[in-house]
Amino acid sequence: MTEERLQAAAAAGVLGSEEDYRALLRSIVEVARAIFSARASSVFLLDEEADELVFEAVAGEGAETLVGQRIPSSTGIAGWVLVTRQPLVLEDVSGDPRFSRETAEATGYVPKSLMAVPLLHEERALGVLQVLDRESHFTLSEMDLLGLFANQAAIALDLLQRARKAKAVLEGGEPALAVVARLAALIEERGDESGLRLLEALVDVLRQR
Amino acid sequence: MTGEAARPFPAWSLPTSALEGISISARWPERVTREWAWDGSTGRGVRVCILDSGIEPDHPRVGHVERAVAVEINEDGEARIEDDASGDPCGHGTACAGIVHELAPDASLFSVRVLGAGFKGSGNVLLEGLRWAVSQGFDVVNMSLSTTKREFAALLHELADSAYFRRTVLVASAHNMPVESFPWRFSSVISVGSHELPDPLAFYYNPSPPVEFFARGVDIEVAWTGGGTIRSTGNSFATPHIAGICALILGKHPELTPFELKSVLYLTSLNVVGAS
Repeated sequence: MTEERLQAAAAAGVLGSEEDYRALLRSIVEVARAIFSARASSVFLLDEEADELVFEAVAGEGAETLVGQRIPSSTGIAGWVLVTRQPLVLEDVSGDPRFSRETAEATGYVPKSLMAVPLLHEERALGVLQVLDRESHFTLSEMDLLGLFANQAAIALDLLQRARKAKAVLEGGEPALAVVARLAALIEERGDESGLRLLEALVDVLRQR
Repeated sequence: MTGEAARPFPAWSLPTSALEGISISARWPERVTREWAWDGSTGRGVRVCILDSGIEPDHPRVGHVERAVAVEINEDGEARIEDDASGDPCGHGTACAGIVHELAPDASLFSVRVLGAGFKGSGNVLLEGLRWAVSQGFDVVNMSLSTTKREFAALLHELADSAYFRRTVLVASAHNMPVESFPWRFSSVISVGSHELPDPLAFYYNPSPPVEFFARGVDIEVAWTGGGTIRSTGNSFATPHIAGICALILGKHPELTPFELKSVLYLTSLNVVGAS
């Protein structure tokens, strides 16, 4: 049991649940949609294992059906944005017959315009934030605003990924980790020193055996 | 175009006997104007490489593409260059090619597709694509892309310097987000951000680098897949504007080194005092 895995397990117990981070992402796309007066906004998360982009949070059009759907990681507009780390604004994508067909098949909704920005955290590209069919006329200051949202969404995505990794460690068949995580959560909840002292005493006892 | 080998400059030192050998053939006027820089040029003789998502063949806004290759990852995970007939799976590379040809209609276009082989190996694909472009001695390479991976930064830096010394000008999109990314931050490339004006020949020098120039990047009608056009915005479209202007300048002054070319861009920037 490595220290790193222990830390991950403890993180799952004390830092919060996956559901909280999903709620944060939903809130980000909802605010993005409201700020830009857009018909929809969504966050794609890069699934590195499958090398695909997954709809992780959607506000507006498609909110009921899109979460969990997958698209290739390096083709199309979202793929270009992810791979190149460059934001892109397109005004009349419905004029692109292939884009329209592919998007309609995947999502059942073809936007007229889209803004897409990569979600970057430290040196990693985590996903893509999209805002579809906004009402406002596009300016460079809107691009800056989108960048600010992207930064927030990237932090939320990073937390979500950490929570999932920690959960995976806990569910990975090592019951001792789950016990440690529960203990860590309990100590955090109680907020006093006695539990910690008890655990330290337990460590001493186990070491001596 | 004039290559390194064609002009045997003294490499590491300058003995007095070699002084005559380093006379600069370009006759720079007392005042460098836009007219001197590119008037009458169509980019003929200049080879421009678009490192992007590919180029749609026979697009009416793009025209002829000399050669299209793609970087493919083989079963052993190695990146290889192969001739490519799959066009453009996104549209962006076609847009960049269209912008370059709109400004420099007689420049020769080449495409290196670095997209479509998955995200996993995309850093290696980008490196291999750039390595190939530099080895081919293109005059201008348009890179509307960047990576945030530190492990690629040193290799990209070496390639960017190598291009610089081989007279290949790399024109790279800057980031408008607070992240550290490459290669646009390297001083051996020309980095480009956007301004909002509709003039394709309007560009500005930024006195507060690392972004060096601002070019047209907002609400542009660009070539897109399916033979049509769309309106779009991004630094990734400002970059081919500067690449196209570089092609115009090199078409008229093929002897310019990347340093000299960047100096001409500076002197012809609209905000530089004395520029016409």
